Amino acid sequence: MPSLIDIRRRIRSVKNTQQITKAMKMVSAAKLRRAQDRVISSRPYGALLRKVLANVAAAAAADERTSGHPLLAQRAEQRILLVLITGDKGLAGAFNSNLIKGAQAFMAERPSATVQLELIGRKGRDFFRKRGASISGEHVNLAAKVVFDDTAAIARKAMELYRNEEIDAVWLLYNEFKSVVAQKVVLSRVLPIQLPEQASTVDYIFEQPPAEMLAALLPRYIEMESYRALLESAAAEHAARMTAMDAATSNAGDMIENLTLYMNRVRQASITKEIIEVVSGAAAAE
Amino acid sequence: MADLLELEIATPERQLVHEQVSDVQIPGKDGYLGILPGHAALLGLLGAGTLSYAAGSGPRRYLAIDGGFLEVLEDHVRVLADLAERAEDINVDRAKSELQRAQEQLASTAADADPVVALAAVNRAQARIDAVERR
Repeated sequence: MPSLIDIRRRIRSVKNTQQITKAMKMVSAAKLRRAQDRVISSRPYGALLRKVLANVAAAAAADERTSGHPLLAQRAEQRILLVLITGDKGLAGAFNSNLIKGAQAFMAERPSATVQLELIGRKGRDFFRKRGASISGEHVNLAAKVVFDDTAAIARKAMELYRNEEIDAVWLLYNEFKSVVAQKVVLSRVLPIQLPEQASTVDYIFEQPPAEMLAALLPRYIEMESYRALLESAAAEHAARMTAMDAATSNAGDMIENLTLYMNRVRQASITKEIIEVVSGAAAAE
Repeated sequence: MADLLELEIATPERQLVHEQVSDVQIPGKDGYLGILPGHAALLGLLGAGTLSYAAGSGPRRYLAIDGGFLEVLEDHVRVLADLAERAEDINVDRAKSELQRAQEQLASTAADADPVVALAAVNRAQARIDAVERR
């Protein structure tokens, strides 16, 4: 049976841990709110851009030059660039491991294709670097402060590779922010671009020729997609960490409760033992 | 025909303007466009310059714009700007020093000087200064 002091020490240590998890939860909650605001404030531009792109694409469909745009070119997916957005830190539940599992499944499903990885986030980088996967680029510490230019640079690099026909497709794998308690791993193909469908064709005046507009819109669309993905991922990471730390805090609470109960029982037992010793000692003396 | 336009101005980071306006002047890639209610559907690229609009009886508002897209459809003006700053948020002194630096870059003959980048920087700084001075 462990001594009382041992159990007390144990309780203290669990309490300390609980304090840390509680603090982490609070920090994540504050960061989540900020990340959510950023996701929301980037939405109008994204929605407008999709609308404009759909309209331009529909108007430009008649123009045979646009189908030849290099970012729309369909090729057999032999060489694939997978952009994986993980977190920079752990302690966020299954946030990172779900992504890594997803990336491995992605590669396993395409045994004939060569998959290159573009890794955003330290966790994914560490994992795949250790395993010697073919990595075309790595970026850490982007999610702490998501800047449009940073993600746009990654998007431009991917587009450059695609234009030069060094790769045949670009996929994006990240966690989408569903709600505070739910994150969803999302796998989507960004290149070649799937143009949004638009039924109605409006007779636009084109200040610039449709082909020129499309050429300007498409890269911006990809840049925006990658920016949005990283914003979503940042919000999802904070949400996942908050939930995980909340669970950890309540687990620590349970543990403290059990240990306290056990401690009291041990104390009781030792008191009982002492009384028996005193009583039996007195009985022997008679 | 409606006598007001719905104007939306957004950058990738945030939405700046979503208002009913009576007219708007927009710096297009090939010159300024004045949009009034009832304008025909239009798609275009933006250049660097000052966007201004009048909302209600208040004073005319000015914004510095650099690059992006424009759509006019059924009295709905959508401006997707790479850069958009309200005149009242612009630091003129900084814009002026930026302009000077960009002009030096443009004039320099150093091997690493890129005239295209320098010219874009000049236009951007000039757009900021214009927006403040027209205000």
